Amino acid sequence: MGDPVVLIANWLDGLLVGWGLADGWVTLIKTILGGVGISIFVLVIDIFLVWLERKFVARFQDRLGPNRLGPFGLIQPIADVIKLLIKENITPAGADKYIYNLAPIIALATVISLWAVIPLSPTMFGTDVNVGVLYIVAIGGISTLGILMAGWSSNNKYALLGAFRTVAQLVSYEIPMVISLLVPVILAKSMGINTIVSEQSIWFIFLAPVAALIFLISSHAELGRAPFDLAEAESEIVAGFHIEYTGMKFGMFYAGELLHALTVGALFSSFFLGGWQGPGAEAFPILGIVYFFIKAFAMYWVVAWLKYSLPRIRIDQMLNFNWKFLTPLSLVVLLLTATLDRLLINTSTWIYAGSMFFTNILLLIVLFQIMKRSGRRERKRVAEPKPIARPDGVRSVPTP
Amino acid sequence: MTPLQILFILVAGVTLGAAFMVVTTRNMVHAALWLILGLFGIAVFFVLLDAGFLAVAQVIIYIGAISILMIFAIMLTRRIAQDVGSQISSGWGWAAGVSLLVFSGLAWMLSRWEGFHNQMPALDPGADPLIDLGKALVSPAGYVIPFEIASVLLVAALIGAIMVAWDKI
Amino acid sequence: MIPLSWYLIFAAALFSIGLFGVLARKNAVAILMGVELMLNAVNINLVAFWRYQRPDIIAGQVFAVMVFAVAAAEVAVGLALIISIYRRRNTIVADNIDMLKL
Repeated sequence: MGDPVVLIANWLDGLLVGWGLADGWVTLIKTILGGVGISIFVLVIDIFLVWLERKFVARFQDRLGPNRLGPFGLIQPIADVIKLLIKENITPAGADKYIYNLAPIIALATVISLWAVIPLSPTMFGTDVNVGVLYIVAIGGISTLGILMAGWSSNNKYALLGAFRTVAQLVSYEIPMVISLLVPVILAKSMGINTIVSEQSIWFIFLAPVAALIFLISSHAELGRAPFDLAEAESEIVAGFHIEYTGMKFGMFYAGELLHALTVGALFSSFFLGGWQGPGAEAFPILGIVYFFIKAFAMYWVVAWLKYSLPRIRIDQMLNFNWKFLTPLSLVVLLLTATLDRLLINTSTWIYAGSMFFTNILLLIVLFQIMKRSGRRERKRVAEPKPIARPDGVRSVPTP
Repeated sequence: MTPLQILFILVAGVTLGAAFMVVTTRNMVHAALWLILGLFGIAVFFVLLDAGFLAVAQVIIYIGAISILMIFAIMLTRRIAQDVGSQISSGWGWAAGVSLLVFSGLAWMLSRWEGFHNQMPALDPGADPLIDLGKALVSPAGYVIPFEIASVLLVAALIGAIMVAWDKI
Repeated sequence: MIPLSWYLIFAAALFSIGLFGVLARKNAVAILMGVELMLNAVNINLVAFWRYQRPDIIAGQVFAVMVFAVAAAEVAVGLALIISIYRRRNTIVADNIDMLKL
């Protein structure tokens, strides 16, 4: 009763075999229909996300948001889609036509294909590959390529510059993201996301809070959202790599970005918050989907909260933050988790969980001490009076 | 023709076509994008051969890193009039002859091997190549020494690449 | 199903196409792309032999992983060299880079 997908799959099976198709063809058709079904489901949620995003940003900025079209403004995204569809499609002169048209498709397709491995409930998932974590990293790498293609094919200096910066940022922040993703893999002893979700008798956010924090920050940077949105900031580089895109092509970039934000929320909830787990989820898989989406939207709200509260940081600050802080920290967390996991190999769950949690807290305390000391040093260095050049060529220190 | 065979022929055609476009197209950025398509086809073959880890590793390493590196290198070494004029050097006839010779030689030599028409054996249902691979790469009775040497090689390549391309201006 | 010969012929064809790219292209980055194609053909060969002949010995996949690592290192250093050459000689046509001294 609680599992509509299995019911539909069995009915389809019976229908197709009744038509006399061979086994291989039945599997192929069911696979294709499953893929199309997931894509449609995800894209419909994407439309809802447009409304949700605008309501969130409005409430964070102390106003109401769209409330004219339909009850609570729910018809607003449909109006947005119609507006984008009727705009003129301008291709810039000298643009590489094939790559120019391929880039938005790749940008949206890579985000949709991330949903193939996320388990929505114990029995509803695209596929259960035993290398699900690596699959997510791989698809993230391909989306970087879509941005590079968009920037290069627009035949526009600002687009190219924006694309280079975005690609540098994305490639850099992939590293702490991958390393922090290895921590749930160690805790669950498998790279398959289904196994990681079902192994979370205690949510992994309590076992590895620092890794969860690093994953949240680096995924936020991978999304290209504020405070890491230098690449598409209007006051800096006009619109970055998607300057020359109009109408529905821009719509695909925009929809892809929103969907990616929800996907990051879904991934965080699967890896660290227990995914579809909740009271009664194994018996009624429908409840699993409800719990999953509650957690995913809660994380999406956290991502939107970060975006609309923090100012933008410069590109050198951003890259320094990644290479000098996040990457060494994630390596240390990985080392500590692996060592502890090996030392506590046969202890009970509560001792395991407790020692992991306290080690993480200890690491945070040590980290804050280091940051306090280095902050003090930096403040002293900046407060020193700097020498200034005088017109007669004599450099002297001004009297305080 | 089972669906698997049709899939194989399709992916093989796409990959070989992309490889052919890589070596003949005039525009370098297009060549890089055709290379990406070819590498993706190879990843699909790894999946067909039950080597799932290698498939995702192929996408991460080749498409996510090496191809982007190549595109950056192409963009940084472009001169205005470089895409005009033939990109194939004048001795291409000999090159084509040599590659045809190599292909036919390989095909003939392999066809004389008695295992040439082997079918795929069924994998042991309990065996998990992923776990075996992980254990082999870090166990002292396995391949931990080549693994460590490969990591030293990557560190050396990293430092070497930075030093070679360092701009001393 | 799919006999081993299909994979081997495919890998041989990919290797020959890569060989043609290395021998017949002017641009140094294009030559590197040909080398990449050849390395991928070798990888397909290795994994096909692993799967069809001895799937219980994991050495086939380990060898393929080593080929990945070596290929990545080689591309990184090769492209750094090409960029460095471009800075000095302002060309990356392989035929023109034939004298040690300008």
